[in-house]
Amino acid sequence: MHMADALLAPAVAATMYAASAVATGVSIRELRKDETPQKLPTMAVMAALVFAGQMINYAIPGTGSSGHLCGGMMLTAVLGPFAGFLSMIVILAIQALFFADGGLLALGANIWNMSFYGCFAGYFLIYRPILRGGLFSGRGRRAAVRLRIILASVLGCVATLQLGAFSVVLETALSGVTELPFGAFVAVMQPIHLAIGLVEGLVTAAVLVFIYESRPELLMDVDPDAGAAGRRSAASTLVVLAVVVAVVGGGFSLLASGNPDGLEWSMFGNAESGYSANMGLDEARFGVESSAADTVAALQEKVSFLPDYAFANDAENPVGTTVSGLLGSALVAGAALLIAFAGGFFRKKAGAQKS
Amino acid sequence: MMNQASEAWSEFKAMDELAGQASVIHRLHPLVKLLVTIVYIAAAVSFPKYNLSGLLVMVLYPVFVFQASLIPIRTCFRKMRVVLPLVCAVGLFNPFFDRAPLFMLGGLAVSGGVVSMLSLMMKGIFSLMASFLLIATTPIESLCQALRQMHVPKILVTLLLLTYRYISVLLEELSVMLDAYHLRAPGQKGIHVSAWGAFLGQLLLRSMDRASALYESMQLRGWSGAFYYVRGGRLTVTSLLYGVFWIALFLLARLVNLSQLLGTLLV
Repeated sequence: MHMADALLAPAVAATMYAASAVATGVSIRELRKDETPQKLPTMAVMAALVFAGQMINYAIPGTGSSGHLCGGMMLTAVLGPFAGFLSMIVILAIQALFFADGGLLALGANIWNMSFYGCFAGYFLIYRPILRGGLFSGRGRRAAVRLRIILASVLGCVATLQLGAFSVVLETALSGVTELPFGAFVAVMQPIHLAIGLVEGLVTAAVLVFIYESRPELLMDVDPDAGAAGRRSAASTLVVLAVVVAVVGGGFSLLASGNPDGLEWSMFGNAESGYSANMGLDEARFGVESSAADTVAALQEKVSFLPDYAFANDAENPVGTTVSGLLGSALVAGAALLIAFAGGFFRKKAGAQKS
Repeated sequence: MMNQASEAWSEFKAMDELAGQASVIHRLHPLVKLLVTIVYIAAAVSFPKYNLSGLLVMVLYPVFVFQASLIPIRTCFRKMRVVLPLVCAVGLFNPFFDRAPLFMLGGLAVSGGVVSMLSLMMKGIFSLMASFLLIATTPIESLCQALRQMHVPKILVTLLLLTYRYISVLLEELSVMLDAYHLRAPGQKGIHVSAWGAFLGQLLLRSMDRASALYESMQLRGWSGAFYYVRGGRLTVTSLLYGVFWIALFLLARLVNLSQLLGTLLV
């Protein structure tokens, strides 16, 4: 789910950086309230563990394929949301820098898509309410907590990955770099991440249950005394479940909807009636291509016998300037080659230094 | 046969070795390199999607740094092998949805979609190269120092440094575990479902013990919650000029289509 730099417009990237920076600031402030120095090595080792854990292939029973762990939910369950969020930022930064997963510019967006939802939305809206709630109380304490951990992990991972995947689509569409229609992109991303979320949730659940069996004190919110204060009724848990169903179902309804471009239609589609102008929306400046129009146009071109040879209306590239553009480009390429050959100069210099 | 963990481990080692070399670029101030990289990526990515000739000027920066830093370009493309197809796949749809011809090349009409696909791929390659070059010429300690100078919170920078150091430890340990597991379960594609929890869970439990031992040993050596950086990296005139030159060039290239300007001068 890592977004590359090239898929983001700088304005979108900057917005996401700002959003993530606010979340980071809040996390640091919250973290300073308790013992930070003591927690830092634990955070670092957990972040390194999750990073390493992403290298493990988990064989999915019944299929020939295998899945991976992303780890946001697991970090949160062990470290708490604020420390988990900061650890996740560090993991994403190292992935961007050392493994070309994501990018420097896209880091803000990636932090939001993969850490914010998992650590905050997933923890406060799903994980904590379920673990502190009264679900499965009839089955004895240990069994009840075990079941709650499984339910919370699976629901949390599925819901937060759906949110993350939807954000990826939204950010790409707002950046306007791809002509892929919004609806088609959503239709690809959401089901894929539903499957990924399920596997992630089950692996997370397996690891957390294992920890609960051996060292329950390491997990957040399973201690009966700490949980007593925030103990909630089954009713509030049901509210949480409703939220999750709404989020996941929302993703599906977009797929099933006959008009998948509802968002764009609502913003730009009824431009004839002056809606966009009234709302102060300018499609060109907004950076969103009306994909519905593109699809229709593409279809029309396929059907019509002779393609429309009207030139694209782009002021920067009138036909007349094409020649000079091509010639100049060739010169730049030549200069690049020259630098590449001149590299021998540096190499010789380095060789001379060594000897 | 190498498992994924040891592969990642050796990639870290390779990057550390590259960053530890001593070329002209390696000696530059880390803050300058970080800023140049950020401005470069932002400028390259912000080019309009049809402005292929203007974007081409941006190739000069990575080509120069590759040559001046003596970093083999091969290692960069090896690193990008997983990510690049993804970026290209997104661009691959453009020729199908944007088919209005933009200009004629010989007798061939080049459509807007083809141009925007090419520029998207170039942006992808350029930005990946720039980040790679930054990290291949700057050791992580220097980078953290630069981040501190940019007022990134201390706790985040310390965490980054500590995590980076511990990743290699954990990757090594995990690599041994994976080898041991696969030797006992030959022909199995991944970790069996019965061991999903225990496999990573065991490592997690051990790591938590390791973390508390780590904290105690650091405390014994007088650690108070943050690292202090040696003020070795003085901002030299060379570094300053280097930064000013490139940032000015990026901004100029972004505002004026330099390729076209060059062509017009000759035609």
